[in-house]
Amino acid sequence: MTNTINEVEDAKAIFVIGSNTTENHPVIGYRIKRAVKKGAKLIVADPRRIELCDYADVFLQLKPGTNIALLNAMAHVILKEGLADEEFIKARTENFDALKATVEKYTPEYAEKITGVPAENIIRAARIYAEAETASILYTMGVTQHTTGTDNVLSIANLALLTGNIGKPFSGVNPLRGQNNVQGACDMGALPDVFTGYQSVTDEKARAKFTQAWGVELSGTPGLTVTEMFSAAENRDIRAMYIMGENPYLSDPDSSHVRYCMEQLEFLVVQDLFLTETAKYADVVLPAVSWAEKEGTFVNTERRVQKVNQALKPRGKAKADWQIINEIGKRLGFGWNYRCAEDIFTEIAALTPSYAGINYERLGVTGINWPCPTEDHPGTPILHVGKFSRGLGRFSAVEHQDPAEKPDEDFPFLLTTGRVLYHYHTGTMTRRSKGLRKVLNEELMEINPHDAKALKLQESDLVKVSSRRGEVKSKVRITDRVPRGVVFMTFHFKETAANLLTSSHSCPTAKIPELKVTAVRVEKA
Amino acid sequence: MTKVNITINGQQLEVDASMTILEAAESAGIEIPTFCHDPELTRVGACRICVVEVAGARNLPAACTTPVSEGMVIETESERVIKARRVNLQLIWANHPQDCLTCEKTGSCKLQDYSYRYNVTGSPYQGEAKVFELDNTNPFFFRDLNKCIYCGKCVRKCFEVNGAGAIEFMYRGFNSKVTTAFDVPLEESSCVMCGMCVDVCPVGALTPLQGLHNNRPWEVEKVLTTCPYCGCGCTYYLHVKNDKIVGLTPNFEGPLKGHMCVKGRFGWDFVDSPDRLKTPLIKKDGEFVEATWDEALDLVASKFKEVRAQYGPDAIAGLSSARTTNEENYLFQKLLRSLGTNNVDHCARL
Repeated sequence: MTNTINEVEDAKAIFVIGSNTTENHPVIGYRIKRAVKKGAKLIVADPRRIELCDYADVFLQLKPGTNIALLNAMAHVILKEGLADEEFIKARTENFDALKATVEKYTPEYAEKITGVPAENIIRAARIYAEAETASILYTMGVTQHTTGTDNVLSIANLALLTGNIGKPFSGVNPLRGQNNVQGACDMGALPDVFTGYQSVTDEKARAKFTQAWGVELSGTPGLTVTEMFSAAENRDIRAMYIMGENPYLSDPDSSHVRYCMEQLEFLVVQDLFLTETAKYADVVLPAVSWAEKEGTFVNTERRVQKVNQALKPRGKAKADWQIINEIGKRLGFGWNYRCAEDIFTEIAALTPSYAGINYERLGVTGINWPCPTEDHPGTPILHVGKFSRGLGRFSAVEHQDPAEKPDEDFPFLLTTGRVLYHYHTGTMTRRSKGLRKVLNEELMEINPHDAKALKLQESDLVKVSSRRGEVKSKVRITDRVPRGVVFMTFHFKETAANLLTSSHSCPTAKIPELKVTAVRVEKA
Repeated sequence: MTKVNITINGQQLEVDASMTILEAAESAGIEIPTFCHDPELTRVGACRICVVEVAGARNLPAACTTPVSEGMVIETESERVIKARRVNLQLIWANHPQDCLTCEKTGSCKLQDYSYRYNVTGSPYQGEAKVFELDNTNPFFFRDLNKCIYCGKCVRKCFEVNGAGAIEFMYRGFNSKVTTAFDVPLEESSCVMCGMCVDVCPVGALTPLQGLHNNRPWEVEKVLTTCPYCGCGCTYYLHVKNDKIVGLTPNFEGPLKGHMCVKGRFGWDFVDSPDRLKTPLIKKDGEFVEATWDEALDLVASKFKEVRAQYGPDAIAGLSSARTTNEENYLFQKLLRSLGTNNVDHCARL
């Protein structure tokens, strides 16, 4: 997030796109509702009629995979009606003309044809967003998990730049991160192209710094992303894999393919709390401890570094992930000898400018938002104040592109996936929680009443859902939360693994898979 | 900000003019008892336990709703105040189960604490008592409305903070109770089981099922940590007893003000799931066999070396994790990069 969670509550307008916030980020959802009670205007864009729609001034029920058309049309209206912040555009941005030229053809009527959203609603949304004194955009995987994922995000950024809604309180471009430490994992360089703090592996200076600090030769060639790794395993370019705390067999698209690729590996080591569906394919399984059994730090979605403290002794012979990696590092002859998590954090701070001023002692009960370059720096709740990190904010001219899969005669429905309030990701944790399991312990695929009627389905009937890659059987929940022609499944339940259906078509830039759009067939089972 | 001069218990103070008496007293380290007050909720002045004596005032105003004013002279523990608080407590006790011995709230109950403080042992007022059936239909906490003292914090938390508005006062006078619309079970209402009502209840009306009969406040160690679920990063104190988690208190002083959701508040018991892996495993002839750490780690290291020697460093790849700590992610990418490859990624895209 460019801004903080608490600021959401005092924004004058909030634009939620591709985020079912009340279920996936409940405490941020609370703040959106509070903002509405305080008088904020709310725009919700989502293929599903999610709970937040009950609070929205405008609900933009777009067809899955049509974000850019919608966002470009909003930009079109903002420009046409003279609602843009010209001073901001002039002082702080570049490439404005390219944007202007591109959005010219995205009239609300043109966008209506692509998105299915009535033109008048697009106009209302654009006015609300642009006319508000402060407007905040919140988005999640509904925006990013598309073949156009990167362009979708760039179109969001365009809106913020057009209206000057960035670099000031109660505004911003705010991705809500779905996992406790996905921000931290990125910050720490668990990415194929960067070291910590987004220092590029192709940058010789950065490489020299890390080479010197670590005492090893480092590769300057960016590595493979998660989806590419599995294909590389299939081609035998990858022979050995080390998977820590992930369950790609259930979480990654096209599970059958993932399984096949894992089977091709000569050696797979999986480190986890449980014998996950992925761990079953491993040659070696290393037992790790939960968050409650170790010390360290997580970074939340607002870039706040917060302490994790050990409450319990490790279960059985399980060890903290850092201890296990340390042991492997020792055995590989790297000369490591980390005694505690803090030793590692000190090294991180020394090598990462945005973390340089952070230490365990400073984190206290509130944590610190990075960037925090020095020990007397209070942290940075709001990014891009006065200046963007790259200097000027760059408009991006992006065009709508159809999703990789479209419904056809054989696969007439669009499946979109996500999470529900009572479960989390592949269910390894929540399905082992007694209370949560009691509330919900099976998939209930959402289908529109009209579609259900056509298929002669009753509530809780079993259906066979198939795509070009696989099939699963699921119970149905008949609800107008989903529009006609769209069905929704979670990926929490291994018995009905939705990712057997999804495709690995992905965004060429971010390599994020298009989990939000899969053409499927639904039949009564 | 405008300041005013006031005197509390003989202590002269200069405080913000926008403060209530309660806030002014707290700023000076003077504690006034409260049941219905919560700093982030609407002030309702319902419970009257916070009454104080203000020189020149006819009655005893509620400290939580009365603003300070210039020259105000306040006594928070005068004879009149104490007498009023004692009567208040006696009235509550006239209609409250006296089962402190087994009540889960013992030790962290405001009714108990204030009764002790003002030496109230029961009630001289005899009369009818509420008889509500115990509601233990939801899997996270039970409701014993016989213990409810009508402070209404749960109602306000649910409406004002969560936004669910699942509960309200229903019926009038003696028959009134906090319940859902049409008095249906909580799980059939708009309740999302966040548990924030449980955490503000000053008495034993709302009790988590986790840690039942095993969670006396003086027996547990409270460890501040960060939730392992979504990216909101709520922080809380785990209650630990005999190396088990037996409960949780939100971090009300944290940036997210102690707000919680159902997964964070109640979904931590996977920690002691019988499915936990307790020892390293090595696959032999298609079956996992228990191994020592040395066997497993030696095998991992030798395989990595072997693959690197035979096929080059880029034949190795690692998936780090958005679930683990910064320190672990750092070390993971350092390991892969030290092996000579940048093939390291994690589940950010999923």
